[in-house]
Amino acid sequence: MSDTRSHTSPPSFFRRALRQKRFSVGLTVTLLVVLFAIFAPFFAPHGENETTGPPYAKVGVLGTDYLGQDVLSRVMYGGQEILVVSTLATVLGMVLGILIGVVAAYSGGWWDEVIMRLNDVLLAFPQILLALVVLTALQNPSTWVIVVLVGTSHAPRVARLARGVALGIVSRDFVVAAEALGEKRSRVILAEVLPNMTGPLLAEAGLRLTYSIGLVAALGFLGFAADPGAANWGQMMNENRLGLATQPWSVLAPVVMIAIFTIGTNLMADGLAQAAEKGDD
Amino acid sequence: MATTQATPPGPASGGGLVVEDLGVTLTGRPADVVDDIDLVLHPGEVVGLVGESGSGKTTVGTSLLGYSRAGALISSGKVLLEGRDVLQLPWKEVRQLRGEEIAYVPQDPASALNPSIRIGKQLVELLELRGIGTAESRRQGARDGLAEVGLPNDDEFLNRYAHQLSGGQVQRVALAMAFLPKPKVLVLDEPTTGLDVTTQKMVLDTMAELCRAYGVSALYVTHDLAVVANIADRVAVMYAGQIVELGPRDAIFAKPMHPYTRALLDSIPHLSQARALTGIPGRTPAPGARPGGCRFNDRCSFAVDACRAEVPQLRTLEAGHEVRCLRTDEIGLWDINLGNVPDADPDRARDVILSVEGLDVFYGRKQVVHDVTFDLAKGEVVALVGESGSGKTTISRCVGGLHRDWKGTIAFEGRELAASARKRSAEDRRRVQYIFQNPYLSLNPRLTIEQIIRRPMELFGLAKGKQATDRVLELMEQVALGPGMLHYQASRLSGGERQRVAIARALAAEPDVMICDEITSALDVSVQGSIVSLLEGLRKERGISMLFVTHNLALVRSIAARVEILQAGRVVEEGSVVTVMETPQRDYTRNLLANSPRID
Repeated sequence: MSDTRSHTSPPSFFRRALRQKRFSVGLTVTLLVVLFAIFAPFFAPHGENETTGPPYAKVGVLGTDYLGQDVLSRVMYGGQEILVVSTLATVLGMVLGILIGVVAAYSGGWWDEVIMRLNDVLLAFPQILLALVVLTALQNPSTWVIVVLVGTSHAPRVARLARGVALGIVSRDFVVAAEALGEKRSRVILAEVLPNMTGPLLAEAGLRLTYSIGLVAALGFLGFAADPGAANWGQMMNENRLGLATQPWSVLAPVVMIAIFTIGTNLMADGLAQAAEKGDD
Repeated sequence: MATTQATPPGPASGGGLVVEDLGVTLTGRPADVVDDIDLVLHPGEVVGLVGESGSGKTTVGTSLLGYSRAGALISSGKVLLEGRDVLQLPWKEVRQLRGEEIAYVPQDPASALNPSIRIGKQLVELLELRGIGTAESRRQGARDGLAEVGLPNDDEFLNRYAHQLSGGQVQRVALAMAFLPKPKVLVLDEPTTGLDVTTQKMVLDTMAELCRAYGVSALYVTHDLAVVANIADRVAVMYAGQIVELGPRDAIFAKPMHPYTRALLDSIPHLSQARALTGIPGRTPAPGARPGGCRFNDRCSFAVDACRAEVPQLRTLEAGHEVRCLRTDEIGLWDINLGNVPDADPDRARDVILSVEGLDVFYGRKQVVHDVTFDLAKGEVVALVGESGSGKTTISRCVGGLHRDWKGTIAFEGRELAASARKRSAEDRRRVQYIFQNPYLSLNPRLTIEQIIRRPMELFGLAKGKQATDRVLELMEQVALGPGMLHYQASRLSGGERQRVAIARALAAEPDVMICDEITSALDVSVQGSIVSLLEGLRKERGISMLFVTHNLALVRSIAARVEILQAGRVVEEGSVVTVMETPQRDYTRNLLANSPRID
């Protein structure tokens, strides 16, 4: 192997990712949607629950919905909750999953088997099923219940990946060397193993964010939103589905927003994965 | 140039290959990977192309097939095979020519053979692709090919998969595949790296025999001068993308005229006598960062101002011996025995610090080490030597507490050590340090050099804060790393530099025993030379004892006082290095000695 590296510092992972077209496009799209969700309510022509005309009428830019509320305004209000919930759920799912996966890989042997088999049991449930069961049981689910449910449903999937990535690292000699020096196990995981996993894990986080949005929107569609009256992209699809033929925009507008956002996060995840693949060392 | 110009390409059409003024450049930036390469391969001749990592030797090797790796481009020159320029041919013809007329044997045959296709089918496919013969004759051809390289050729063997063969067998299958289409030229890229000496010898002998029998010219690319000394007819030494010395084998080894060749030879251990090995200071410059004038001038001990100003050309000294150096007439003669030192005294008094008794080691239910007993004295180096699978690394891992599934006694200063490092006292962990074989795996690529070296000090409470940083700098100086690298990440260093960091990390714990697991096997010979001289200095100054695991018997002679020869998990012979190597008692030891490539 010829050693032809120059003596300049290797660019950080983020810099390398930025060089990927996918990543920069995805990042821009995602940021735009996030900015829209945060600031749009200030510019909405009507209030969130303000009636502007008869149901399903062509009043205003995008018409009205099943209660005669302005669709454009509701789209502008409806992003915040979905974004906050899906981001928090993703963070929770990643943290839990990485913890499970890395601990399993690092302990190895019997522990690994037990943890991962239990994990497999959870994996056997379709992701949305668990959330549905709990949500139907609860009377008035609050927002954090949805965060926890979506987050925990991600955890087993993240754990599988984290374990796979960590397995390749825990067997490397520098981890063995830390062992031989008698480093604390927690330090070995935090200082030696985790920093070498950032690439693939970031990519997974992007992907999980996409799924979170889908899940949260789906739960909203099925009527499990925290506040039934509030605007919510997912819920809007459910509310207005009967008017799809007469007033298509009432359904299409939230769908388009969700689509744009998931495409953005997905591109970002793709770009991160590519940057991670293109050589870590 | 004498040989090339005396026999122009025309008359060489009896076979062989002529390389003229070959240059390969990077596509990203204007930098030469190799340039000004002139080389002739006569029919039936083996030419050794020797160089260290980054010298461009592999680039030259693959250029002969008209191939350059991604990011590089063959930018000038000719590769003439029977008057046809391989570099100018349309790619369809080049594709036909590769394998059929110019064959390539890669460094790692295990990854060159398709793991999901049976050996026989892979051989037959070669002939099928070219539409040679019938199904039956092809199968017979495959059998003959295997017989030529000394492998079994029954149906059972033909039906095996690559993973069912040993490393040497895989390499010989690769050789058989290369020879099957009866090529005219063969390019071998370090085909025996990673093989045991006995297998290496077998593969090399097979190759040399076939080349001579079929009049095939071979280019043998390697970093190992000792191997070249045993098989090549002529040797070309490469440095920083140029051939610096080219000549008949005997001339190169008896009268090397380039300072680089001499420095390389000085860094190689001999089987017959202990030597004070020396390295070459600095590191091989990367393409684009090579100095002006003579490219070796910044590392050469003979350099004068003229060497920095003037670019030397290859000059012919005597028939066929060419050198790229301005000062060949002034630097005098060289003697192979120059670095010789007395062997370690076998009668020295020994004060045992670490002893291993009746060690049995298991991997699961399988016992891999049987009843091994030896000890290590203060300030002494004991070598564990054997082929792969002999258990030498396993034993060292048990001593270091990295493998815990063992029975027996490992005592440090008379106290028994626990099986795993975690169960040992912090003091015991500090005093026994382990250095790994592969420096690319043993340092966390995300940490800086400072963080890596100071960690043991903090962990064992030896120093902290400013004091620790000072100590890190002190250690870095000891292992010949500049203070500028303090905040480098490990991923920016070369292999040799990384291994120095690993040694510094071990030294940071102020150990009494260092376990060195093949620590030089992944490094260039010149780097190996400097690491060995560093270890020798540490042993003398600090009285550190070392358990030195290696497969290189010549290296043992120069570094160790005692040696344990291992075979299949058992010690078959032990004693002082001089006794064992001068008067080996067992056939296994004699075989190892006989098969080790040597230049003395």
